[in-house]
Amino acid sequence: MISANVSAFFYLISGMLFILALRGLSSPDTSRQGNLLGMIGMTIAIIITFLSIGNFSTALIYVLIFLLIGGGIGAFIAFRIPMTAMPELVAGFHSLVGLAAVFVAIAAFLNPSSFNLGVVGNIKLASLIEMSIGASVGAITFSGSIIAFLKLRGIMSGSPIIFSGQHLLNLFLGLSVFILVFYLCKTQSSNIFWTVILISFLVGVLLIIPIGGADMPVVISMLNSYSGWAAAGIGFTLENTALIITGALVGSSGAILSYIMCKAMNRSFFSVILGGFGADSTSTKSDDKKDRKPVKNGNAEDAAFLMKNASSVIIVPGYGMAVAQAQHALREMVDKLKKIDIKVSYAIHPVAGRMPGHMNVLLAEANVPYDEVFELEDINNDFANADVAFVIGANDVTNPVAKTDPKSPIFGMPVLDVEKCKSVLFVKRSLSPGYAGIDNELFYKDNTLMLFADAKKMTEDIVKNLE
Amino acid sequence: MEIDPFIFRLSIFILSIFVGYYVVWSVTPSLHTPLMSVTNAISSVIIVGAIIAALADTSQTIFNSSSLFGFLAITLAAVNIFGGFLVTHRMLQMYKKKKKDKK
Repeated sequence: MISANVSAFFYLISGMLFILALRGLSSPDTSRQGNLLGMIGMTIAIIITFLSIGNFSTALIYVLIFLLIGGGIGAFIAFRIPMTAMPELVAGFHSLVGLAAVFVAIAAFLNPSSFNLGVVGNIKLASLIEMSIGASVGAITFSGSIIAFLKLRGIMSGSPIIFSGQHLLNLFLGLSVFILVFYLCKTQSSNIFWTVILISFLVGVLLIIPIGGADMPVVISMLNSYSGWAAAGIGFTLENTALIITGALVGSSGAILSYIMCKAMNRSFFSVILGGFGADSTSTKSDDKKDRKPVKNGNAEDAAFLMKNASSVIIVPGYGMAVAQAQHALREMVDKLKKIDIKVSYAIHPVAGRMPGHMNVLLAEANVPYDEVFELEDINNDFANADVAFVIGANDVTNPVAKTDPKSPIFGMPVLDVEKCKSVLFVKRSLSPGYAGIDNELFYKDNTLMLFADAKKMTEDIVKNLE
Repeated sequence: MEIDPFIFRLSIFILSIFVGYYVVWSVTPSLHTPLMSVTNAISSVIIVGAIIAALADTSQTIFNSSSLFGFLAITLAAVNIFGGFLVTHRMLQMYKKKKKDKK
């Protein structure tokens, strides 16, 4: 058994290692080392906890068994999960952190003396508030993440669920949690504690159901942030430095990612939270379609010809590419082009994919070197000098209407200047509008060639024609 | 007058938010997905609370109402720790492979 001061010191060390783990992610070269430091930090925290309790009875064996069961499940999932399913996985993991926070708070409430928080019926006031915050935020994270998981997985429809009085109900429930915590502090009644948790579960569900599929990157980042605040709340309850540092890190990390995602979609954070995007705008542009020029329709042969005679090609991948699993075929196509000395680069919009950085991971999986992959602000000027833009599975992020039409729902959203290219190839299944529900005028331009097909099949056909 | 230890913890918390703010802004956008999975893994350090709960008061029975929640939380957090770190590792390995290919 080691003293509380020694263990506090070691918790501080694991907190520092967690900071370094995130710091490592500033470049792919240092990232693996960072991940390792994170694992070391976690190991230290767990071992120090065992040593500081100093209880080596049979209970410890059970702890290890449960640890291994959970760990085995986690490892199994980590190795089996396809990279396209990362958003669901992260949402699922968030829900587990949230639920774990709820459980720890319940355990602390039921047995406060083992955490040095007082005795049942007379828990220290500050601890009671802290554990209520931890439990409540944890519960919101849990149920919210479950809904996000179901939506991403496609089990639940991605369209927003809206009913009248929704925001009023949320406000009422939110306020009632505060009032109940106040009474919990006065009466120490366990019934109130359970009610707080139940209402928080409900709030989590109500908070996420009105948010549409297109806003999922924001939702995941937001839930990431919540899971951090829940951990911090528990950290205060347990007076544990590692948990407080981690909670603050994760909380701010998620908040920054939400901000980046909102900015990339030109949406205010509150309009995302209030929801409803993606359902209301579908009808707006449908009449214009009739007076549009017909689109130019091409096939794999035309595409291969265009690219063969280009000197530089920019590829714009979107989630459609991932759904069609076309990233490997795409990489093959790029290899062929590079062999005949054509400069190829990839342009990635911040919201390409279903979560921050998702497209980068998918390209990395297909062995695309990360120094050929560029973020929007780094590559946007290059489109004017490029010969061919190959848009595969992306749509809204290339729509010039975001720059020209103030009435468009995506006006002001930063987009890739694909139209500046000499010619544009669009691999798409049909002319249907994207997530935002708006028509893309790029389809009707003279220098645009539409390739109507499944992204994977079309790419494979182009590869054949390049030979 | 003595300062309440809570104030010290609050100081750590606030300063960590600042550290987090600057560290996360320096993360390259192409690694944002690994960032999410690794933050997920480290937030499972909540397992220390679960272990305390599970090992407390085991003089009579190993499983009482409080420790049962502890054991459940251990399992959930362990899924996250192993799953989170390993899936991050798997993703970061992919960023490495390509570098070798290039050289």
